[in-house]
Amino acid sequence: MAKHKTPLLDQLESGPWPSFVSDIKQECDSRAKNAKGVDYQIPADCPDDLLGVLEMSYVDGETHWKHGGIVGVFGYGGGVIGRYCDQPQMFPGVAHFHTVRVNQPSGLYYKTDFLRQLCDLWELRGSGLTNMHGSTGDIVLLGTTTPQLEEIFFELTHNMNNDLGGSGSNLRTPSCCLGQSRCEFACIDTQQLCYDLTNTYQDELHRPAFPYKFKFKIDGCPNGCVAAIARSDFSIIGTWRDEIRIDQKVVAAYAGGEIKPNAGAHAGRDWGKFDIQKEVVERCPSGCIRYEGGKLEINNKECVRCMHCINTMPRALRIGNDRGASILCGAKAPILDGPQMSSLLVPFIKAEEPYSEIKEVIENIWDWWMEEGKNRERLGETMKRLSFQKLLDVTNIKADARHVREPRHNPYIFWKEEEVTGGWKREIADYRKKHQK
Amino acid sequence: MAVVEFKGKKFEVDEDGFLQRFDDWNPEWVEYVKESEGIKELTDNHQKVIEFLQDYYKKNGIAPMVRILSKVTGFKLKEIYELFPSGPGKGACKMAGLPKPTGCV
Ligand code: HEM
Ligand code: HEM
Ligand code: SF4
Ligand code: SF4
Repeated sequence: MAKHKTPLLDQLESGPWPSFVSDIKQECDSRAKNAKGVDYQIPADCPDDLLGVLEMSYVDGETHWKHGGIVGVFGYGGGVIGRYCDQPQMFPGVAHFHTVRVNQPSGLYYKTDFLRQLCDLWELRGSGLTNMHGSTGDIVLLGTTTPQLEEIFFELTHNMNNDLGGSGSNLRTPSCCLGQSRCEFACIDTQQLCYDLTNTYQDELHRPAFPYKFKFKIDGCPNGCVAAIARSDFSIIGTWRDEIRIDQKVVAAYAGGEIKPNAGAHAGRDWGKFDIQKEVVERCPSGCIRYEGGKLEINNKECVRCMHCINTMPRALRIGNDRGASILCGAKAPILDGPQMSSLLVPFIKAEEPYSEIKEVIENIWDWWMEEGKNRERLGETMKRLSFQKLLDVTNIKADARHVREPRHNPYIFWKEEEVTGGWKREIADYRKKHQK
Repeated sequence: MAVVEFKGKKFEVDEDGFLQRFDDWNPEWVEYVKESEGIKELTDNHQKVIEFLQDYYKKNGIAPMVRILSKVTGFKLKEIYELFPSGPGKGACKMAGLPKPTGCV
């Protein structure tokens, strides 16, 4: 028997998509039955009260969580998002409803052993509800009480060899696309790099020392499966700098209709016979492909590595062999001064263990931003305020045409004093010798 | 809101154990909070951090950025965590009686 009546939420149990309401109800039932005889450390009816408070929010269209919450574990300044219900008498099961961020493995590959162990822990000490995964990448354990935080942390670290993720004004949990584990487009080992950076910068992740939050994301190629360019202050995107490898025989197989374009991604609709000229050559943003006499040619000097031709004929066209990554900086959501995607900082960098070159860029940026960034100013905003030129200076990168989409159109140009003959110190009296008042 | 009593003093606090009013702060508060913040003995170094936070808050109406706390007290972040295991926000600011940190924590 459900604890609260939830007529509005009940409507979300119909329809074909997996219903979060049905799933939560199932967990309510499971905890009520307690077939395994678990000694629940937080109220067994926690998920019932979650449905209750959610139904209430559906009725009045307002949230029922109090503002903020500061809880955590000793030694760390983040990792747990504290939360308290604003109707604790009515919904005591969610009076405390803190969220624990747990660092996920790169690429989100799991063994059932690990997930079972995590579920056992969470069943005992939490609500039994999760988010797989938070947008930043963490495993999210959704809802527990303050006294359980150290207990959960102890078990996570001692029995599962797993750590918390990040929160607050620090390095948040890095994440990546699945990379070379099962994608032939991957130009770098995104998982290895993600894992390495996460371990290298544990201190920065667990103890907020920054003006504001800072995120790493790593895409294996410009397709951007982890959306690094839009969702990380420091975006690493794989690429290559030699030639696209073409297998002419396979090109012919595509032309002959033996292989479906885009690996069959558009098979749900009849788009007619595959036409390389129309669907590849004419779509190339650089116009650098030619298809004549059954032969496909690419002028790689003009190729911007947009991935279109490779995405369309993955079995005929492959990424080059001289691989690395581009680094872009400054992506952020709108608050405060408008949304930003990352801007190109390093056109090409090798991405090989121990990743010293990439780390040098990261640390140069941090040294600068930690000193100059204002309180709660994202890197993207610091770049706007202090200029892209300053970012180049602190990273020792020479300005290059690839740093801009187009040159400035206003003439408000600053010069460094040493660049100007004679400098800035001028005597008005000298000027007056030639120009009367 | 909960009220705690300690050594004859009363303190109004929120769920996270932060003082509701900075003006209610007194040295007994520090005595009372220290255990829940994992601190055995209060040292001069703890006092130094607490005093600076209070000073800064009175002058500026906000808590200082971590970097300013480090610069002025001379304690690296690592040392601040050695003094206050839950960190400058949950640990030191709470003990100093400053309002609860807000934002995307
Ligand atoms: C009392 C005398 C003058 C005053 C108060 C004055 C003021 C101004 C102002 C306010 C502007 C517009 C600024 C802007 O768009 O942001 C301007 C533009 C301009 N003035 Fe004058 N001006 C004066 C005399 C002169 C004289 C004598 C000359 C030339 C011999 C001159 C040449 C120009 C030019 C070329 C511009 C356009 C600059 C541009 O487009 O960037 N002005 N002036
Ligand atoms: C003989 C007197 C002046 C001349 C020839 C003059 C000329 C100019 C010119 C050519 C510009 C345009 C600059 C540019 O677009 O790069 C300008 C801008 C401006 N001037 Fe003057 N100006 C004079 C006096 C003044 C005075 C007395 C004031 C204010 C008290 C003033 C305030 C401004 C402002 C606010 C701008 C716009 C700056 C900007 O948009 O960045 N000007 N002036
Ligand atoms: S970003 Fe590129 S390399 Fe990574 S999974 Fe997507 S297509 Fe593959
Ligand atoms: S990767 Fe893009 S720019 Fe390069 S040849 Fe293919 S379609 Fe053209």
